[in-house]
Amino acid sequence: MKELTRKQKQGIIGYLFLSPWLIGFFALTAIPMLASLYFSFSRYDMLTPPRFAGLDNYTKMASDPKFYKSLQVTFTYVGLSVPFVLVFALIVALILQKNRRAVGIYRAIYYLPSLFGGSVAVAILWKELFNKEGVVNQILGNFGVEGISWIATPSTAIYTLILLGIWQFGASMVVFLAALKQIPMTYYEAAMIDGAGKVRRLFYITLPLLTPMVFFNVVMQVISAFQSFTPAYIISNGTGAPLDSTLFYTLYLYLKAFGQFQMGYASALAWILLLIIGAVTGVLFITAKKWVFYE
Amino acid sequence: MNKGVNSMKKKRKIKKQIRALISHILIIGIGVFMMYPLLWMISSSFKDNTEIFQGEGFFPNVFRFSNYVEGWAGMSGITFTTFFANSFAIVILAIIGNLISCSLVAYAFAKIDFPLKKIWFAIMLATLMLPIHVRLIPQYIVFSKLNWLNTFIPLVLPKFFATEGFFVFLMTQYMRSLPRELDDAATVDGCGPFRTYIEIILPLSVPAIITTAIFTFIWTWNDFFSQMIYLNRIEKYTVSVALRMFVDSMGNSSWGALFAMSTLSLVPLMAMFIGFQNYLVDGITSGSVKG
Repeated sequence: MKELTRKQKQGIIGYLFLSPWLIGFFALTAIPMLASLYFSFSRYDMLTPPRFAGLDNYTKMASDPKFYKSLQVTFTYVGLSVPFVLVFALIVALILQKNRRAVGIYRAIYYLPSLFGGSVAVAILWKELFNKEGVVNQILGNFGVEGISWIATPSTAIYTLILLGIWQFGASMVVFLAALKQIPMTYYEAAMIDGAGKVRRLFYITLPLLTPMVFFNVVMQVISAFQSFTPAYIISNGTGAPLDSTLFYTLYLYLKAFGQFQMGYASALAWILLLIIGAVTGVLFITAKKWVFYE
Repeated sequence: MNKGVNSMKKKRKIKKQIRALISHILIIGIGVFMMYPLLWMISSSFKDNTEIFQGEGFFPNVFRFSNYVEGWAGMSGITFTTFFANSFAIVILAIIGNLISCSLVAYAFAKIDFPLKKIWFAIMLATLMLPIHVRLIPQYIVFSKLNWLNTFIPLVLPKFFATEGFFVFLMTQYMRSLPRELDDAATVDGCGPFRTYIEIILPLSVPAIITTAIFTFIWTWNDFFSQMIYLNRIEKYTVSVALRMFVDSMGNSSWGALFAMSTLSLVPLMAMFIGFQNYLVDGITSGSVKG
């Protein structure tokens, strides 16, 4: 037998180290994805084996009002929470950056909601804040305003969830703060010598240099906002109530899969979600060429 | 003349200080506003029902620790000792799994040349964007056929196969930044790749290891979706799942106890935050600023 070359040895060793991920990728991601793709074209309740059903699930989806409702709820959530998160994150980062001495403490305070925000505890807390007798209405009461039950009113329930999303702008802010620190002071000094004022420095130096970070944050926020689940589940008691106004896409998927055990239909929903996220990120990447500035 | 310049300088300095003061007040004001819900929850955890919803002042009249005692008793005879123990067990196993698997894989990506490396790395990055839902249902079906429902295996086993690409990416970036001469020197000294990994690369990667451990802790602790799906028996509940069930079983009778347990459920996160704030910041910014 021929002796292995150094390169071949490296290859074998490389794959040995890679093997945990490689096994995991095939066993826990690639094969399950293919299975879920197949399920999406079949009828499957877990009791009897899946039966091929062609495009049935997808055509059913096309005329399923709850599917459209969940899309509308989810897009409202993503479309409103992500921009506000970014704007707040950016503004607060710009303000904090100037208070160099205390920046650590302030950063901590603003970051805490991001740390806790995904927890069941905060979702429960939120439910109470916006209850009929909740804190929000207690405070409004001080001004003589009688509040409604914000979480039980179809037209307002989604906005309490959006607010919960915005409340967690801290993580993006931390990213912006780190990026601001990396802008060389010499840029500002040069601009000042040229007579550029504060506003011009902001619009011609700071913001353009931050656009890569803005882009990074938009992509990450959008991907995670589409998958938001816990708050809507807790606040609506796992139903999407009132009147499906908090029926997030993932919540609808959960109810189909683990409430009604329609695994085929739920798999089809999962694949449509993947396509939506893929399409939205794709559009973001295409538009990025127009507004993201790389040095 | 000189005096005039001085007083103008002084005035300007005072103006600057006033402006700084205003911005501090503004920042603190917004900060308090943002923290208020959390503070309200903590304060409510010491109040009784009427006190919580009458809204008489922020601080409790008397600090009632009975809420904590009542809450800790849990439901159906299972106390929060069990729920916390379950959560910690899952978190610790998840951390061990992630640290072993992600560091091995990161070492391959960062330090070894092997065929198709770039393609695998790109695929690994692409999995970061996948919603869990496209693999969840088949996974659930297989795990339930294996009779693994109501065990921690479905929640923990995937971590031993580096399924969380974010940490592979984070560690790969870190290991790449370690000078190549180190492993070359180790090879000259007769170290095989595994010894180089254990004795040279891992000790130098401690910051990335800590960041991975902390984020695994936070994400696993906060996880609700998969824990709810895989754990249906009360003695297997984690803190997240138990809290959700607690809402149902309490009815509207004891909000104080519910808030007490909610507050306690956030304590481990707070401890992580206080202990490792800088590593948290590293984790959030890695891959964005440097990459």
